[in-house]
Amino acid sequence: MSNDSTDATAGSGATSDCAQTLRELDVFLDGELPAEQYESIRHHLDGCMDCLGAFDFHAELKIVVAEKCQNDEMPPGLLSRIEMCFGTDFDGDGQVG
Amino acid sequence: MADQATFAAEAMQYAPQLYSGALRMTRNRADAEDLVQETYLKGYRSYHSFTEGTNLRAWLFRIMTNTFINSYRAKQRRPDETDLGDFEDLYLYKNLGTLQDASVGRSAEESLMELLPDDEVKQALEDLPDNFRLPVILADVEGFSYKEIAEMLDIPIGTVMSRLHRGRKAMQKALYEFALARGLTVAQENGR
Repeated sequence: MSNDSTDATAGSGATSDCAQTLRELDVFLDGELPAEQYESIRHHLDGCMDCLGAFDFHAELKIVVAEKCQNDEMPPGLLSRIEMCFGTDFDGDGQVG
Repeated sequence: MADQATFAAEAMQYAPQLYSGALRMTRNRADAEDLVQETYLKGYRSYHSFTEGTNLRAWLFRIMTNTFINSYRAKQRRPDETDLGDFEDLYLYKNLGTLQDASVGRSAEESLMELLPDDEVKQALEDLPDNFRLPVILADVEGFSYKEIAEMLDIPIGTVMSRLHRGRKAMQKALYEFALARGLTVAQENGR
């Protein structure tokens, strides 16, 4: 896949570049693609609304999952119970362990 | 070599993240509390083996993941390796498009964050079998790299990637099914 051929087919619907791009969607969004491949995908996305739509959707979904799965309130007292177990007297009340 | 006396000051800031992670792993509050507590006590005891300047949050998550796999997973009597059905790629994206068109007054900006309620996202994640749920928690909730996850779970990076891919797809299918019931109802009520 060369960047030149990407230009020629950009926006014209499903191409082999689209298939290749979508295959890398996960790794791209996880920030784990090597720089050269990353740039190649970015270049394709600049000219392909179809792929860009899919990438935007999954980027947003990743944010939604991260945000909604770590907003749990900690039970009151958990932190102090843990610290009381440490060998040092953290809270100054003379209790150890 | 890290000084045990500084452990609380350095490590307790990660408790909220560990607790959320523990809840997604154990799926209940009592076990999550125990898991977090056990993680901190193990961390305290072995803090001398932590290399200062490296990632303490990753170190704690590694302890927690190991503890979960070795004790809680056994306790929950879940099959060790569970497989998932196979679905087409971009499942939610392709199918939610039709729902989005049918729903009323949704702008592109407010889309997914509003369309997917907290409890459904948590449920979709927690319904995944362990061997898919753990990589998704560690990557998508906690933001660890493939390499870090591979080390925590003691599996090859390629396995991390394939489990992430398939776990995410299964999660998206569940999210779609949750949204379908509500989405279609909303569309009908609004006469669209």
